[in-house]
Amino acid sequence: MIAIRPAQASDLPAISELDSLLTGSTKPDYWQDMLAPERHFLVAETGTGALAGFIAGEVRAWEFGQPAAGWVFAIQVDPGIRLEGIGSALFEALAAKFRSEGVTRVRTLVDRKDHLILSFFRAQGMVAGPSLQLDKELP
Amino acid sequence: MKLQTGTRLGLYATLELAREPEHTLTAADLADRFGVSTHHLAKVLRTLSAAGLVQGGRGAAGGYRFTGNRRRTTLMDIVALFEPIPGRRRKEAGEETAIGAALQRVLAEIDEIAEATLRSVSLATLLNSSHDEG
Repeated sequence: MIAIRPAQASDLPAISELDSLLTGSTKPDYWQDMLAPERHFLVAETGTGALAGFIAGEVRAWEFGQPAAGWVFAIQVDPGIRLEGIGSALFEALAAKFRSEGVTRVRTLVDRKDHLILSFFRAQGMVAGPSLQLDKELP
Repeated sequence: MKLQTGTRLGLYATLELAREPEHTLTAADLADRFGVSTHHLAKVLRTLSAAGLVQGGRGAAGGYRFTGNRRRTTLMDIVALFEPIPGRRRKEAGEETAIGAALQRVLAEIDEIAEATLRSVSLATLLNSSHDEG
């Protein structure tokens, strides 16, 4: 049985550990910032209270010229318990938070070589958005 | 993005069969549905069958059914059976020049986005979205 609730400071070590295991980078300050009141930071926990996954996002208006939309900044699910709908449940819970703030669009940025996470967002019904991300290495 | 006719028929046939995996359709049923010759479609179905995505009955009246995994199979898996994966094409004349290399970088960018798109859409995701629109 999975329960979804807002993240608390006491969840940060487990969040940081799961993220670091999956991304190879450690960024405790970034996760600390996600606890800011204007952000939505949710965790999924198992019946025994262990961290099963988390999702973070925020409603931002006029970001890159676009009207208000809910942005998903990060989502991770424990690899040992994937394919059980935990990611979808987290996504739905965050979408509900966005809807309660009055927005009707959800948006994210994904590494185009990360086909796993791309497939996940596609399965949630997301398609290519109106913007193209451009990038350059500064000399 | 332009796909070859065989690739498009491969996608149509797989998706049509994956929509109702418990049902069988003959090559003639499918050909009729897409408005193409049975001969053309039979060749496509042989390729899909060799890849384990569909299983065909014997004879002209034998039906085909979907035997793959709808959540695991992506559009790219099917495209790759019929044509080169975008971004993995052979070098073409002129690519060795500075202009050729710069142009190639732009074309590679397009291919990479096409590949990411095709790899991220599973049969289940596509069938769900067609259901939403239907």
